[in-house]
Amino acid sequence: MAGAIATAPPGPLVSLLVVALVVVGSFFLTVGTIGLLRLPNVYNRLHATSKATTLGASGIALAAWAYFGPGGAGMKALVTVLFLFLTAPTGGHMISRAAQRMGVEFEEGVTWPGRVDETPEQPADGNEHD
Amino acid sequence: MTEASALGGVLPLVLQGALVLSAVLTLAVGYRVITGPTTPDRVVALDVIGTNVVAIAALYAMIRGLGLFLDVALVLAIIGFISTVTVARYVTEGDIIE
Repeated sequence: MAGAIATAPPGPLVSLLVVALVVVGSFFLTVGTIGLLRLPNVYNRLHATSKATTLGASGIALAAWAYFGPGGAGMKALVTVLFLFLTAPTGGHMISRAAQRMGVEFEEGVTWPGRVDETPEQPADGNEHD
Repeated sequence: MTEASALGGVLPLVLQGALVLSAVLTLAVGYRVITGPTTPDRVVALDVIGTNVVAIAALYAMIRGLGLFLDVALVLAIIGFISTVTVARYVTEGDIIE
């Protein structure tokens, strides 16, 4: 580690902010992982991971931004947040499209949006569209 | 000064706890990689492992006070995105570069 100078620990206020952001990020990482393990379907698992896990990692990267300050290393943390927010929806969309083209089944009662020819749901108040 | 020292004791504890939690979560995601019924399940789980490792790298950078490890986090995020898109394309199209 020659030449690598460790940043000094921050003051009390910044420490409080870092602790809060790390706790929020860990919470969302836990929620996303539980969703990945417990939900029944690829699409439902993507719903859990692509939002909650991204938010968790972004919270921890924001904590790093608060820790290292606005310039230099902290800027890299901010770029990581931006990159995660740009790429996670794109990756989730591509995986779900690939799963649908592979023929992974939807859950029972779920149809493609806008497709009404297979088992249409009865509207709640019967005679609206007659 | 006493307030600062008290919080100075809490911050490393919280960071180490979050590091342990992220490591355990990453290990738990491995269950979905192994027993995912379909290939997209495994891809999603590997993507989540990548995101978790980004968080682990950021936490380790804060614990050590070294901004170098944020480069690791950024590059891992980029590589995770590229691998996800690559596998999705491979599953859909059959080849990656045509």
